[in-house]
Amino acid sequence: MGGRLLRIGVTVFPGSNCDRDALYGVQRAGAEPVELWHADADLKGVDAVVVPGGFSYGDYLRPGAIARFAKVMGPLEEFAKGGGPVLGVCNGFQVLTEAHLLPGALLRNTSMRFVCTRVAVRVENTRTPWTSLYEPGDELTLPVAHNEGNYFADERTIAELEDEGRVVLRYLSNPNGSVNDIAGLCNEGRNVVGLMPHPERVSDPALGSAEGLKVFESVLRFAGAKV
Amino acid sequence: MNIQETYSSLGLSDFEYDRILELMGRAPNFLELSLLSVMWSEHCGYKNSRPLLRRFPNEGPRVLQGPGENAGVVEVGDGWALVFKMESHNHPSAVEPYEGAATGVGGIIRDVLAMGARPVALFNSLRFGPLDDERNRYLFREVVRGIGGYGNAIGVPTVGGEVEFSRAYSGNPLVNAMCVGLVRSEDLMRARAVGEGNLVVLFGAKTGRDGIHGATFASDELSEESEEKRPNVQVGDPFAEKMLVECSLKLLEEGLIVSLQDLGAAGITSSASEMAAKGGVGIEIDAEKVPLREEGMEPWEIVISESQERMLAIVEPEKVEEVLKITERYELVAAVVGRVTGHGDMRVMNRGEVAGTVPAHYLADAPVYEREVRIPAYLEEVRKLDLEELPAPQDYNSVLLSLLAHPNLCSRRPVYEQYDHQVGTDTVVLPGADAAVMRVKGTTLGFAATTDCKGRYCYLDPKGGAAAAVAEAYRNLSCVGAEPVALTDCLNFGSPEKPDAYYQLVACIEGMSEACEALGTPVVSGNVSLYNETEGEAIYPTPTVGMVGVFEDVGRHATPGIKREGDALVLVGDFRPVLGGSNYLEIVHGRVAGAPPAPDLASEKAASDAVRRAVAAGVVDTAHDLSGGGLAVALAGMALCGGVGAEARLLPGGRQDVALFGEVGGCILVAVPEGRLGELEEHLEGVHYSRIGGTGGGRLKVSGLIDAGLDELGEAYERDLFERHAPEGGHLG
Repeated sequence: MGGRLLRIGVTVFPGSNCDRDALYGVQRAGAEPVELWHADADLKGVDAVVVPGGFSYGDYLRPGAIARFAKVMGPLEEFAKGGGPVLGVCNGFQVLTEAHLLPGALLRNTSMRFVCTRVAVRVENTRTPWTSLYEPGDELTLPVAHNEGNYFADERTIAELEDEGRVVLRYLSNPNGSVNDIAGLCNEGRNVVGLMPHPERVSDPALGSAEGLKVFESVLRFAGAKV
Repeated sequence: MNIQETYSSLGLSDFEYDRILELMGRAPNFLELSLLSVMWSEHCGYKNSRPLLRRFPNEGPRVLQGPGENAGVVEVGDGWALVFKMESHNHPSAVEPYEGAATGVGGIIRDVLAMGARPVALFNSLRFGPLDDERNRYLFREVVRGIGGYGNAIGVPTVGGEVEFSRAYSGNPLVNAMCVGLVRSEDLMRARAVGEGNLVVLFGAKTGRDGIHGATFASDELSEESEEKRPNVQVGDPFAEKMLVECSLKLLEEGLIVSLQDLGAAGITSSASEMAAKGGVGIEIDAEKVPLREEGMEPWEIVISESQERMLAIVEPEKVEEVLKITERYELVAAVVGRVTGHGDMRVMNRGEVAGTVPAHYLADAPVYEREVRIPAYLEEVRKLDLEELPAPQDYNSVLLSLLAHPNLCSRRPVYEQYDHQVGTDTVVLPGADAAVMRVKGTTLGFAATTDCKGRYCYLDPKGGAAAAVAEAYRNLSCVGAEPVALTDCLNFGSPEKPDAYYQLVACIEGMSEACEALGTPVVSGNVSLYNETEGEAIYPTPTVGMVGVFEDVGRHATPGIKREGDALVLVGDFRPVLGGSNYLEIVHGRVAGAPPAPDLASEKAASDAVRRAVAAGVVDTAHDLSGGGLAVALAGMALCGGVGAEARLLPGGRQDVALFGEVGGCILVAVPEGRLGELEEHLEGVHYSRIGGTGGGRLKVSGLIDAGLDELGEAYERDLFERHAPEGGHLG
C-alpha cells in the first residue's frame, strides 16, 4: 500500500440522508472520507465513490431521476467508465440505474409499504472491488430501508446478469418482491455496484454488527493495490 | 359581518374581546384581532391550563432548560445535552391523517432545531378507535404512513412509540410526536430577540395561504363541519425540512445568528412576538418582503400563515450577506423581513404603512381561566367491579393467545417496520424493547427514551392513572438500564369548559406531579391539547409521558428477549396484580371497569433502581417490565423476542387469572445465568423479589395452566395490524 491515506468520496445531494453514515463507515474502515457536494463537478481526486442513501430531491419524481443530472454526476460517470470503483446504496443504487451506470430499475415494494428491517442475504459475487473480502456464499444480515427496492429488468437483462454472475447480493428472504431475489448487482466491468441493503449501518460492533464493514475494507484493499 | 360575528369566528369570546378593548384602549383592526385571536387560542396561549401546569416540578440536577423555551434540555455528560419535546397534532390528523401526522413530525423537529440541536430520534404516541371501523383503519394506516413519509425522508430515525385502540378515540385520534436532539451545551440557542437594529431573516419555504387559523381550529371541538376545515391543515415537505435542518445547523456552526425560532402555529406572529416578548424588545415585520407562494395575500394572512418548513433568525446587519449565501447553498428561500426595535410592539408594516401594532407582551399573555373542579359522577359507577361476576377461564392457553393477538398487545412490528429506525447509525437497540437506546457517537455515552400513557387507567382513576404513566416510563427506562432524568408531556383531554374533563385534567396533573416528585424526574417541556371531543363525547383523559434517561456506558444495556437456555427467571417488585382496568378485563370480559393498580411510588422506584444498577453493573442483560396483559404476556414477550422458551411457577392461592393476566406497577422480570444469581441478589437487597422459574426449550409453560409452543404464540403475536379484517378492539377470546 502507498504511504498516503486512501480517500473515499461520498456524494451529497439535496435530500441525501445517509451521507453522514457513509462518511462514518468509510472512516471506520480506515479511509479518509471526502464530501462531494452535488453542485461541484469535481471528485477531488478520490480513489472510490459512494453514492449514499436518502431521498435525493425529495424523491418527488422517480427516486434518483433528478439526482442523475446533478453537476457531480458528470465526473462521476467518467470515473465509473474509466473503471473507478463506485458503490450506490439504496437511493444511491436508484441514482446509478437512472444514470444508466447499472441496468434495470427499482420499483415500489410489492407490499406497497416502506420497509425497514434486517434481512438475510447471500454474497454471490466477490470479484468486485466492494465485496472482495467476503467469501462466495457468505450469509449476512443487513439492514434495508426503502419504499422502492423491488429490482426489475427485462428478461434478457436478467438472464445476462445471471449468466455473467453479476448478481452481487441475493435476498434469502425477499422484502420487496425484486426479481430473482436480487439485492445488489454490478456493471459489466464489475467496478460499479448497487446495493439495496445498507452496509454502512452495520459497520460498528457498538450497533450489534460490523458485517457490512468489509464492503469498505474491500475497496480499500482494491484501491490500495493500485496506488 | 358585524364585529361580534368577526371575533367569534376567530374564536374569541365576548369577555376576551372586552379585554382586548381594555388593553388596547381602542378597537383593534382585523389584522390586530387576528394576531390576538391566534395567540390567545388554547393551542398557543394555554389559557385553560397555564395555572395548572405550574404544579409540575421542573427542576433537577441535570436540567439545563425547563419549560418556557421551544424544548426542554438536560445534561448527558462530557458537555453533551439532550433537547426534547413532545407535541400533539390531533385535530389536523383527524381530518387529513397523512399530512396531519407528517406536519406534526415536521413541527416537533423544528422545535428541537430551534434550540440549536441536531434532531437524532423521533417517537410517536398514537390512539385510534377500534379497527373494526373502516374510518379508524384509514386513519391508522394514513397516520403511520404520514409519520414514516416525513421521518424517513428527513433522515431522523423513528425509534420508539406506542399505539392503542379504544372506542374512546373513534373520530378523535391522538397523534403525539416527540423529537430528541443532541447539542453541545455551550451551543444551546434560546429564542430571544435582542439588539435593536438587528435584522429578522425568514428562511425555508415560501409563505402561502395554508394553515390560516390552524391554531384556532386546533382549539375547537371536532364535528361534522371539521371536514370543511381541511384547508386549515398544512402540507408537509420533508425535503425542504431536511434542507432547513442542515442549513440552520450550518448557520449556527458558523456563528452567524443571534437567535433562532421555528415557525409553527400562528406562523410569523407567534415566532416574532414570542422572541420580542422574551427579549423585552419590539419587532417590525414588513409583510410585503415575505416571499410568497401565491398572489394577492393580505398582510394579515401573511403574518398568521402556518406554511411549514420555515425558520426565523435574528441576525446582525453585517452578517446578513453571509447568512443569505448559506441559505442559497441549501436552495432555500430567504429574505430580510423585519428588524428588532426598541418600542416593544409586534408591528406589521405594509409598504411603509403600519398595518397593525400590538404590544408583544399582550400577545404572549393570554387571559387565564380557572374553572370549577367537580368530581365526575361517572367515576363511582365505573369503578364497581365484583370478581365473583367474572367466570374464571376454562382454557388459559386460549386466553393468552387472544391477548397476544389483540391489537392492543400484539407485535408493533408492522408499524415500526414502516419507519426508518436505523438511519444515523446511532440506534443501539432496535424497536421492540422497553425503551429505545441510542448512543452519542464518539463517546461511551448514550440515552434512552420512551413514551407511555395509560388512557384507560386515567379514565377509571385520573390521578392514579397519570402517576402510573410516569411510573411506567421510569420503569421502561430502568429496564434497558438508563438512568431516568426528565420528561416532556402531551396532555390530551376533552373540553375544559366541561366539568368532567376539567376535573380529569386537574387530577391527572396532580398524579403526574406526585409521581415526578417521588421519582425525581421533572417536567421540562410539554404541550396541551384540549377539546378532543367528537360530537360531544370526550376521549379518555390521555396524558402522554415522554421520558428520557442517560447511560454512562451505553454498551451496558438490557433488552427483553431471553438470550440463553438455563437462565434463572426472577420477578422483581411487589407483585400484587389486580383485574381493575386491565387489558384482560376489556378483551376477554368486555369491561372497562374497576380500580386500576394503585401506584406505590416508593416501591416502584426501589425495584426499578435495583434492576438498573444490576444492568449497569453488567450482571443483567435481559429485563422486561410487567405491563398490559400482566405476567403471562410479559413472559411470552420475552420468549418470543429471544426465541427461547421459559417455564415459570406461580405462588399458590388466589385466582389464577388474576395472577397470570392481572396488571400491576413496579414489577420487572429479569433473566440471569445461574452463576450470577448471587450478584443479582446483592443488587436486589431491600427489594421484593422471587425466583419464579427458568429459561429454555421451545415452549412457554406456566404452572400447568399455560403450555404453548413459541411458534403458536408467535403466530398470534406477529399479526399484521394493517390487514383488511383486523379484529375489533374488545370482545375476543
